[in-house]
Amino acid sequence: MCDTCGCGETTAHHHHDHDHPHDHKHDQPAPTRTVQLEEKVLAKNDAYAAANRSWLAERGVTAINMISAPGTGKTYLLEKTLERLNGRVPCAVIAGDQKTDNDARRLEGKGAEVIQIETVSACHLDAHRVGHAMQHVVRDGTRLLFIENVGNLVCPAAFDLGETFKIALMSVTEGEDKPVKYPSLFTQAPVVVLTKTDLIPHLDWDLAACRENLKRVHPGVFLFELSARTGEGMDGWIDYLARAAS
Amino acid sequence: MHELSIAQALVEQLDHIVRREGAAHVAAVKVTVGSLSGVEPEALDMAFPVAAESSVAAGAALVLELVPARALCHTCRAEFEPDFPCFVCETCGCEDVEIRGGRELLISSVELEYETREQDHV
Repeated sequence: MCDTCGCGETTAHHHHDHDHPHDHKHDQPAPTRTVQLEEKVLAKNDAYAAANRSWLAERGVTAINMISAPGTGKTYLLEKTLERLNGRVPCAVIAGDQKTDNDARRLEGKGAEVIQIETVSACHLDAHRVGHAMQHVVRDGTRLLFIENVGNLVCPAAFDLGETFKIALMSVTEGEDKPVKYPSLFTQAPVVVLTKTDLIPHLDWDLAACRENLKRVHPGVFLFELSARTGEGMDGWIDYLARAAS
Repeated sequence: MHELSIAQALVEQLDHIVRREGAAHVAAVKVTVGSLSGVEPEALDMAFPVAAESSVAAGAALVLELVPARALCHTCRAEFEPDFPCFVCETCGCEDVEIRGGRELLISSVELEYETREQDHV
């Protein structure tokens, strides 16, 4: 029963004041209205990301969102990077994987605070989870926060985490055309790291073609070519990070 | 396949819009998807009904409007749709171009259903 007019109708109808009598229609279909908007689908994630960005900026922390396919060598590069920055730049790491804390364990004992996020079913990190995790690892004096995203070239590129900038990584065992195949990441990462360069002599892999493909999707991108295993190219990388953190 | 996460975020945002507008249900939603947004339209189309189940957007029609990447040449100031995936200025051939569009992932319109109707009376 309608609370206002006491009629037996339960379908939508309305009440208003006028001075002429008329019958209410009690069986109208639900009225509709179309509203024009320009709202981000990921508005909630973006709000968390903005909060993370200010939280980090207030503390003077440079945060780097590292994105690559699985097996590019992000964790190994981070191991060697933390060893080299130990005592020079205070670092923290958030490692994202679907399962296990293997990466966090590999990165411990190198002078940085490390936390693992297990995303379970998700193929990417999101700003909400990063916001909680960073409060566990960022200390007074922390200058660099590495966010090692879940190994995936597509999904993590869509989610802003509140990082200062993104770094895309690819290894020489992946195709030279990776940048043109995955432009959503390679067009927005201002820095690209090419890993495992010590393997080039053993592969039919064309460095010039890779550089050209990268330049095609992102003219002006900053490219590091290095081998964390032999240390080739690592000096420039470490100096760059030290400058980014200051 | 992050489109399920995207679809879940879309449903959350629709729930927010329905409350804000005092509506009851979403009949249809139009989403603008840029070619550089990293979102696969077909996967989003498949994920949306699953994410929308038992929500204010259950059964709502999803319309995806695909928009191409757009770029600006810093040298000759030409604006153009780059010949994907090669970002070279179509006019002067230089590589000093900036991506100006194509990352959109926006709700551009929502058809809302209300519980009651304001009727016109004579």
